[in-house]
Amino acid sequence: MIQLEVQDLHLSFGGLAALSGVSLSVDPGEIFAIIGPNGAGKTCILNCICRFYYPDQGRILFEDKDITQLSPHKVAHLGIARTFQNIELFQGMTVLDNIKLGAHVHLRSGFLSGALYWGKASREEMRLRREVEERVIDLLEIQAIRKKIVGTLPYGLQKRVELARALAMRPKILLLDEPMAGMNLEETEDMARFILDINEEQGVTIVLIEHDMGVVMDISDRIFVLDFGTKIAEGSPEEIQHNEHVINAYLGGSDEAFSKLGI
Amino acid sequence: MPTGLFHTKYEDDDKIFQTVWLKCWMGAFLLFLFAVFPFLAPHLSGLFGFSVQHMANMIGIFIIGAHGLNLLTGFTGQISLGHGAFMGVGAYTSGILFMKAGWPFWLTLPAAGLVTAAVGMIFGVPSLRLRGLYLAIATMAAQFIIEYVMRNWTSLTGGSAGLIVDRPTIMGFSFDTDFRYYYLILVLVIISTLFLKNLLRTKTGRALVAIRDRYLSAEIMGVNLFKYRLLAFGISSFYVGVAGGLFAHYNLVVSDEHFTMWLSIQYLAMVIIGGLGHVLGGIFGTIFMVLLPEVLRIPTEILSNIYPNIFAIFGTLRELVFGLVIILFLIFEPDGLAARWHTIRAYWKLWPFSY
Repeated sequence: MIQLEVQDLHLSFGGLAALSGVSLSVDPGEIFAIIGPNGAGKTCILNCICRFYYPDQGRILFEDKDITQLSPHKVAHLGIARTFQNIELFQGMTVLDNIKLGAHVHLRSGFLSGALYWGKASREEMRLRREVEERVIDLLEIQAIRKKIVGTLPYGLQKRVELARALAMRPKILLLDEPMAGMNLEETEDMARFILDINEEQGVTIVLIEHDMGVVMDISDRIFVLDFGTKIAEGSPEEIQHNEHVINAYLGGSDEAFSKLGI
Repeated sequence: MPTGLFHTKYEDDDKIFQTVWLKCWMGAFLLFLFAVFPFLAPHLSGLFGFSVQHMANMIGIFIIGAHGLNLLTGFTGQISLGHGAFMGVGAYTSGILFMKAGWPFWLTLPAAGLVTAAVGMIFGVPSLRLRGLYLAIATMAAQFIIEYVMRNWTSLTGGSAGLIVDRPTIMGFSFDTDFRYYYLILVLVIISTLFLKNLLRTKTGRALVAIRDRYLSAEIMGVNLFKYRLLAFGISSFYVGVAGGLFAHYNLVVSDEHFTMWLSIQYLAMVIIGGLGHVLGGIFGTIFMVLLPEVLRIPTEILSNIYPNIFAIFGTLRELVFGLVIILFLIFEPDGLAARWHTIRAYWKLWPFSY
């Protein structure tokens, strides 16, 4: 069974074709990496899936349901969560509130019962707190900063909070846009461990865009290579590492390329 | 001896007043407001030269309105220059239903809130597309349209002659004096503050703040922008409508001159000086804005006795100082009085061992 399927996606800005006929399919429970040089259109695919961009052509199916025409907040209700390349957290809120907002789609109490904070709403709030603490905060090891205002945190931690917020949504599929960008080695290793934990313990499908080839080759099940808005290769890490097209078109076809691919 | 807060239950961590001491202070403060202040007020009036009870009532009414605007501007990030007129909608609704339709007060006040909420939501529709200055202009249009209707729909509103409103009665108890009205206002201020505080720590409040901070990623996390932006306008207008209803029955006469652009700007000044995005901001800002002109009157009156000539020339000195104080506040305390309050509290928490 295919969980997420993108069929023949076309997207252009003015005369510039960002995506020209991209098709991909993601199976449930796998870690699916999308790589490619800068400007290849990787983030555009995610933005189309999240309905930020309206593709000119093509269809996006999630669990056999066409989501191409849905509005962005409805896509979240289906269980598609994402993080952003440039952190898009709510800078004025605490870490805890940011993560709780991630669970927005699962909360049922309206504004009146919320304002009264009586019965159902307060019970729901407590249940949410427990879940967020035990399933998200403990997993990502951010207990110490839960009451901090997000805007005051360093970059690496903000990235982690963003992952936490996406995870609080109880997603079926998690779209990660460069989760390791700008991180040092230790933070990168932590992040890789979190991604593997989320994937294995909670069975969340992961779609990963990343430039750190070491990480990509280590943790992905399948890799999809994109260049100038078209697919140039797809396969397991071993296949990609030795793929002629990837080496020539994407990495330049020199010895340097081999070192970049981590061989 | 514990040297910090070490909660063992999530319920404890979620409380508004987290320590016994805070609860005691709050209880003492409420006791003061209920049992001491109204009896002290007549004595203070002689000292300051203005009616302290009247001032307290006005502050209470405007606190409810300022909470409303703070929810919209401070917490949802949507500016409104129409809240003065929205307050007028509440005042006229309650006044007309009370005087002409003969509804009881306990029905007209919620009705004032609901009608204002509906009007606010209609004028809030542009907020789905507009932000910042553009939204300010759009809501300013609401201000002028409503003002025009209030002035010219003479058969209903009484036009510029105004609408005469009586003091309300609940269950045979008449709120006919400032002293009695004070309790009505005080209870409503406490309820509205609690409502706001609770709203902000549950689903709706988080969604609103998320829209303020980054609406695009709020939408990606499943927040329906259309619904919550309108909801913010609705709740905010409800607050200010209730404030208007209270004002109508307190002031005894309602006319369009009470709800001009100037009031809208005063409301904005209240929440900005008090602190955008703090529940306490609405309270501090209102106290500051309502009291400042009265307090400024004291030195200017003394000075005008000594130098009558100067004050004949600079008759508007009081307004000048008023403007100056606000500007100085924005320069030196841009986060508002509430932020200052938090700094002071943080300082005293560890005093005298601040390291």
